[in-house]
Amino acid sequence: MTGNADLDRFLTAYARSLGISVHSLGDDGLPVLTVEFSSIIEGRPGAFHGGATSGLLETAGYAALRAILQREDRDPQLKPINITVQFLSAGKRKKTFAQGRITRLGRRNANITVEAWQDDRNRPIATAVMNILMADR
Amino acid sequence: MVRTMAKDLPPFDPKQALQFFCQHGHSGWLGLQYSDHGEDWVELELPWREDLLGEEDRHVLASGPIVSLLDMASGMSIWHTKKVFTPIATLDLRVDYQRPAKERSSVLGRVECYRITRSAAFVRGIAHDGNRSDPVATMAGVFMTIDKDPRSDR
Repeated sequence: MTGNADLDRFLTAYARSLGISVHSLGDDGLPVLTVEFSSIIEGRPGAFHGGATSGLLETAGYAALRAILQREDRDPQLKPINITVQFLSAGKRKKTFAQGRITRLGRRNANITVEAWQDDRNRPIATAVMNILMADR
Repeated sequence: MVRTMAKDLPPFDPKQALQFFCQHGHSGWLGLQYSDHGEDWVELELPWREDLLGEEDRHVLASGPIVSLLDMASGMSIWHTKKVFTPIATLDLRVDYQRPAKERSSVLGRVECYRITRSAAFVRGIAHDGNRSDPVATMAGVFMTIDKDPRSDR
């Protein structure tokens, strides 16, 4: 997919070193991110560390916002305001996906919701709500 | 009674436990280090590292690793307060970012466990880069304290 490499450049050094990449673009054009299970992801033996799950959710939130801003020809500096993560079930030794959705895009603030899942998109393992501040460069 | 048995074991030692946790896994990869602890709190350090940066043009740590730091410090504060290591699961974790960490600065996560009930543990804390009265972030979380994680049956 041609859009992926372009979107990968929006991933932070942290996201890349955790092994996060753009998997595909959803029907809504927003990126679906993915990460393989590995030792650097592991918390309790055989399960995702809550911090790694949060990192994937947060990265997917940023990627969704960047994709929307790109459509509108905007390139502001993004600053995190907050993130609230709900952990729904243990992340197992499996490839995991996440996609963000922009609930509201304002001039200075974006409200974003994100879901992470493994086998079944309808059974998310974790969700997040985030606020991101957009500042002119 | 389980509780009596737990008392026979040496109490949970945050410094030793962290050395064990950081031999592998996500915490090991982040290189978390023990910093300090009190009666109901534990402070861990996330060293600055080039590949944990959150922005191309600035040398500040990404927000993701700060969540990991606070999540880990939360667990440590719960085990330390209970004086015993039991499986716990994060239910909800909220982080409010007040400002970016200083360039090339490590970040400390200091979390206190202020309330433990039969099935839940409540924590709150801050991330800071040297001055606790000028935090990088504040956090609040709820963990389930359980013998076995019921979510793993799903």
